[in-house]
Amino acid sequence: MNDMTPITRTIKDWESDQEVRWCPGCGDYAILKAVQRTMVDLGSDPAKTVFVSGIGCSSRFPYYMASYGFHTIHGRAPAVATGIKLANRELDIWLVTGDGDGMSIGGNHTFHFIRRNINSQIMLFNNEIYGLTKGQYSPTSREGTPSPSTPLGSVDHPALPCAFALGAGARFVARGFDVSKELSGVLKAAHAHQGAAFVEIFQNCIVYNKDRFEDFAAPKGAEDRQLWLQNGEPMLFAKGTKGITLDHATLRLKVVDVVDGDWQAAGVIVHDVTNRSIAHMLVELPFGAFPMALGVIYDDPAPTYESAMLGQDEKARAGKSADLGKLLAKGQTWTVAGDDQGPLSGV
Amino acid sequence: MATQLAEPQSPASSNAPEAVVVRFAGDSGDGMQLTGGQFTLSTALAGNDLATFPDFPAEIRAPQGTLFGVSAFQINFGSTDITTAGDAPDVLVAMNPAALKTNLGALKPGGLIIADSGEFSKRNLEKAKYEANPLEDGSLAKWRLLAFDISALTLESVKPFGLGNKEALRCKNMWTLGLALWMFDRDRQPLVDWLNGKFAKNPVLAEANIAALNAGHAYGETAEIGGQVKKLHLDPVPAAPGLYRTITGAEAVSLGLVAGAQLAGLPMFFGGYPITPASAILHNLARMKEFGVTTFQAEDEIAAIASAIGASYAGQLGVTSSSGPGIALKGEALGLAVMTELPLVVVNSQRGGPSTGLPTKTEQSDLYQAVYGRNGDTPLPVVAARSPGDAFDCAIEACRLAVAYMTPVMLLTDGYIGNAAEPWKVPDPASFAPFPAQFMAESNNPDGKVLPYQRDDRGVRPWIKPGTPGLMHRIGGIEKALGTGDLDYSPAAHQAQTDARKAKIDGIAADIPAQEVDLGTAGGKLAVVGWGSTYGPIHQAVKRARAMGKDVSHIHVRHIWPLPGNLGELLKSFDKVLVPEMNTGQFKTLLRDQYLVDARPLNKVSGQPFTIAEIEAAIEGMLG
Repeated sequence: MNDMTPITRTIKDWESDQEVRWCPGCGDYAILKAVQRTMVDLGSDPAKTVFVSGIGCSSRFPYYMASYGFHTIHGRAPAVATGIKLANRELDIWLVTGDGDGMSIGGNHTFHFIRRNINSQIMLFNNEIYGLTKGQYSPTSREGTPSPSTPLGSVDHPALPCAFALGAGARFVARGFDVSKELSGVLKAAHAHQGAAFVEIFQNCIVYNKDRFEDFAAPKGAEDRQLWLQNGEPMLFAKGTKGITLDHATLRLKVVDVVDGDWQAAGVIVHDVTNRSIAHMLVELPFGAFPMALGVIYDDPAPTYESAMLGQDEKARAGKSADLGKLLAKGQTWTVAGDDQGPLSGV
Repeated sequence: MATQLAEPQSPASSNAPEAVVVRFAGDSGDGMQLTGGQFTLSTALAGNDLATFPDFPAEIRAPQGTLFGVSAFQINFGSTDITTAGDAPDVLVAMNPAALKTNLGALKPGGLIIADSGEFSKRNLEKAKYEANPLEDGSLAKWRLLAFDISALTLESVKPFGLGNKEALRCKNMWTLGLALWMFDRDRQPLVDWLNGKFAKNPVLAEANIAALNAGHAYGETAEIGGQVKKLHLDPVPAAPGLYRTITGAEAVSLGLVAGAQLAGLPMFFGGYPITPASAILHNLARMKEFGVTTFQAEDEIAAIASAIGASYAGQLGVTSSSGPGIALKGEALGLAVMTELPLVVVNSQRGGPSTGLPTKTEQSDLYQAVYGRNGDTPLPVVAARSPGDAFDCAIEACRLAVAYMTPVMLLTDGYIGNAAEPWKVPDPASFAPFPAQFMAESNNPDGKVLPYQRDDRGVRPWIKPGTPGLMHRIGGIEKALGTGDLDYSPAAHQAQTDARKAKIDGIAADIPAQEVDLGTAGGKLAVVGWGSTYGPIHQAVKRARAMGKDVSHIHVRHIWPLPGNLGELLKSFDKVLVPEMNTGQFKTLLRDQYLVDARPLNKVSGQPFTIAEIEAAIEGMLG
């Protein structure tokens, strides 16, 4: 390939020859298209791109991308991806996981993958249900979710993936949802971030948890229920008639009315993607009293694990030769002479 | 061979025995492992053959003076071929009452006890549950006893250095070592050099330890210990010419893996998680970065193997290591490596099980786990090392099979092999046959899509590195179509792929050496068949039985799965088959299953290796 003539790819170039096997109407279709469009826009090379997944509906994703792909085992995709990245830093790693795969069985690996800050994109498809195993409640299911395993409704408190990610030390946290037009932009921001970029994607499970996210994702009235965050822009929603402010007395976020577009007067705060404290508040905003915070919530890069570790390894290797013979003979040795008379000398 | 020692009743004299067994025992904070290790080095430098058995508690610093806090190090050395750490010690060095109590039972009648009387205080005696001081109440009459206040003598010897009492007493082990060096006519200089190196940053400590070492030596020299002990010189053992060093199994595995990766022409990725007794391999490799080694301490055992699988997928040699409980956690990922057919080496340093079991004690009870312990029909090669030095060759063999057959390989060692040391003839790397890994560079199906599961005549699929232009494909743990590897769980695909995976591993039998008889003849009355670290005691027991005219042979199996092609026939050429192993009969069952031979078990699961006598008795029983 000649570097001077960049290849322009189309969405077709990113579609594998495999028949997509998600349920008709599944939110995964929209996410797949958004990702394929993102890859085209990024000008990515399928040969240098690896999609790594665990187990679950979302984890079938790699089969449908015409890049390299590894469909691993339940919950362990972050660990497999760690090995791939450490073995070849040049590969662009996209991790595909779900609320069961990434937050339940693989929660430990998700935590450490984020904590280490392996340069990659983590897409957590959150449908608040176990789809592939036929509808059990998941760690993100809302309290009281009836399911085959909780016929009387679940009693445990749901996990908040973005709060979990921030708790693990994430340097990039974003949110989107399956059919959102903004999703591709969010994914591009994640890709631009050097480090583990965590993206929670709300996804509609048409069979077991239909329309779970309609409360904020439904197109009608979306303006009032979605807060799309933009770095350097005021946190406005409802067509600019409402905004988010910080109550300095209680140190809590608060919804305020904006009159005549004068958001400054209303005290609406400007989104700063490097503000970790506000990010913590945004991911925990209770929906209903607040709109759903979407878009890039936090983005403040820090050195990646692979650059630190492989840099350390390179330093350790500098000036040393890989002489196996010397290595084998390391430490105290002695020589037995040819006449079998025992040792002559200790070295 | 410990039992060839002079009769216990006659004091050791200038009629030197061929071999001596010494056990150093003390509190786990007394530095017994270090003392043993240095005595081992000195033994090796004197040209004696040797085998060691470090035996320590699971607690790091158990409460001082307690019975469960005793740490021991046994060494068998001599002027003859040594393959075990010895059945029973000739000399027991007991640094406190607890060490005496827990180790006395093993001491040969007439054996020598060297005890630090300074530690036999009322309080320490109580902790060891002694009602009376055994050094004074005549209860040790059937042994020879040398009791003197090593603590006081040590304090006296290091007085000039102005150490605190605690620090000064820490030199006790060097004093004791000094005495041991005198007893066996050893050069002190290597120890002095080692101490100077170890305490380079604190010369006072170096000098104090050297002073203690010299004082212990001088104590023997000046005959203050009377006629009880005489200096004993054991001639060097005749050995093949060459360069030698001592090596533990953990060191040998580490070096073998590095050599294996080099022979494959691959960088090595080692994913590990701390676990006794396997951690030493992670520690060793973490210091070998210049050999293209990347070590990764993962968040758990599963991530350790999963990251190694990821690295193998990306074109490096993935390696992971653990002990039984950790291997159990890796089971599902092992299945993934079998299903995706990626090279991987998995080292299992076995310990007593089940569950947490005996973390610091040895056992061979993970054989079923290695051969069968996964869901589905999930065959993979299993290689078992017989000794510390052999672990080097076995690690190379595991790398070879993994790369040549695109398969995970299990390498079995155990706590005994891992910790024990033996002299090792340093091999010449030029003598190793390389087995370079091949990566697909161009599609194997130029007219269509790449076929990542198209097998060669050995049933092996190509290794394709992500990053290679034009060869994009998807792999996973789900069943796949022949050739394309596309997701396919049709009955025909699963039948065909299961058969193909099995045939590939079975085929390895044709690519491993035929089983040889280690000692004795092919055919006869009795074959004693072993695997792993039972090699030493089986070998010596068979040697002795044969010397007495018995028709018995020793067969030691390295390739546990697949088994060597001729093994069945070989076993059937014997009237009887005895399988000693440190489990309840796992290899015995496997041999019965594979060959319908009436293999009889000899089992031991005490956390201690077999003694030669135990196997001799079983041979007697089988032939009697």
